[in-house]
Amino acid sequence: MAELQARPMTGAERQRPLSPHLQIYRLTMTMAMSIIHRITGGALYYGMLLLAWWLIAAAAGPNAYATFEAFIGSVIGRLILFGFTWALIHHALGGIRHLIWDTIHGLEPAERELLALATLVGSIVLTLLLWGVCYLMIGGPR
Amino acid sequence: MTESPARRMTPLRRVRGLGSAHSGTRDFWHQRVTSVAGIPLTIAFIVIVASLLGRNHAAVVQILGSPLVAIIMLLFIINMAYHMWIGMQEIVLDYFHDEYIKLSLLVANTFFVFAVTFASVFAILKLSFGV
Ligand code: HEM
Repeated sequence: MAELQARPMTGAERQRPLSPHLQIYRLTMTMAMSIIHRITGGALYYGMLLLAWWLIAAAAGPNAYATFEAFIGSVIGRLILFGFTWALIHHALGGIRHLIWDTIHGLEPAERELLALATLVGSIVLTLLLWGVCYLMIGGPR
Repeated sequence: MTESPARRMTPLRRVRGLGSAHSGTRDFWHQRVTSVAGIPLTIAFIVIVASLLGRNHAAVVQILGSPLVAIIMLLFIINMAYHMWIGMQEIVLDYFHDEYIKLSLLVANTFFVFAVTFASVFAILKLSFGV
C-alpha cells in the first residue's frame, strides 16, 4: 500500500460520515428502479426455463407441444408470460439506461430521475401495447 | 521485498491483472458487450415469438427450424446465457460471503446456465436438422 501513503494524511483523524442503514435512505426513483432491475434480471434468469420448455416441446412433437400450450394458455401461464414480457422489456430499458450512464450522460439529478421514470412508464406502455397487438393478431383472447 | 513487482505496479496495472476476482474488469466489460448485443436480439426475439403465437405445432416447427429464425434464436440464447451467468455471479458475490456457500452457488449458477442453454440450443438444432 505504499502508493496510498503518498496521499496527505490530514483527513485520517477526522470523523468520516457513516453510511446510514438501508431503512434510513429516502426511497428515490433511481433506487427503486435499481432494485427492480436486479429483480427482473433474476426473474428472467429463471424465465429462460420457460423458453427452454417451449423449444424442447416444439422439438419433441405434437403431444409435448400440446402440454406446453395448455400450460401457457391457462390463467397462471398467461400471468407468467405477461410477467416475463414486462420483466424483459423493463430490464432491457433499464439496461439501456445503464449503458447511457456508462457514457457519463444523464447523471444530473433531474435527468437520472427522468430516465428512471421513463424506464417504468415505458416498460408498462410497451408491454400493454405488445399484448394488445398480439391479441388483435390472433383474434382476441382464446 | 520493496523491489517486488507488485510494489512497482500502478493501480491501473493492478486492476487490469488482478483484483479480487483475478479477472479485473473483464466481467463488467463483457456484461456491457452482451447488453449492447442484447438490445437488437431481444427485439428480434420478441418479434419471432409474437409471430408464432396461436400457430399450430407444425407451423411453429417449420418457422423455428428455418435458418434465419434459428440463427437469431441461437444468437439470442447464447448471448443471454453469458449475460445472465455474469449477472447471477455478481448477485451471488454481493450477498453471500461464506466461502462454501458462495462457491456452491457459483457452481450452481454455471450448471444451471449450461443446462438451460444446452437444452435450448439442442432443441433449435433438432428443429433445424432433426428427423
Ligand atoms: C433474457 C434476457 C436477460 C436476462 C436473463 C438478464 C439477466 C441479468 C441479470 C441476472 C443481471 C444481474 C442483475 C444485477 O446485477 O443487478 C443483469 C444485469 C444487467 N443487464 Fe440483463 N438480462 C437479460 C437481458 C438484458 C438486456 C436485453 C439488456 C439490454 C440492455 C440487459 C442489460 C443489463 C445490464 C446493463 C446489466 C447490469 C446492470 C448493473 O450493472 O447493475 N439485460 N441481467
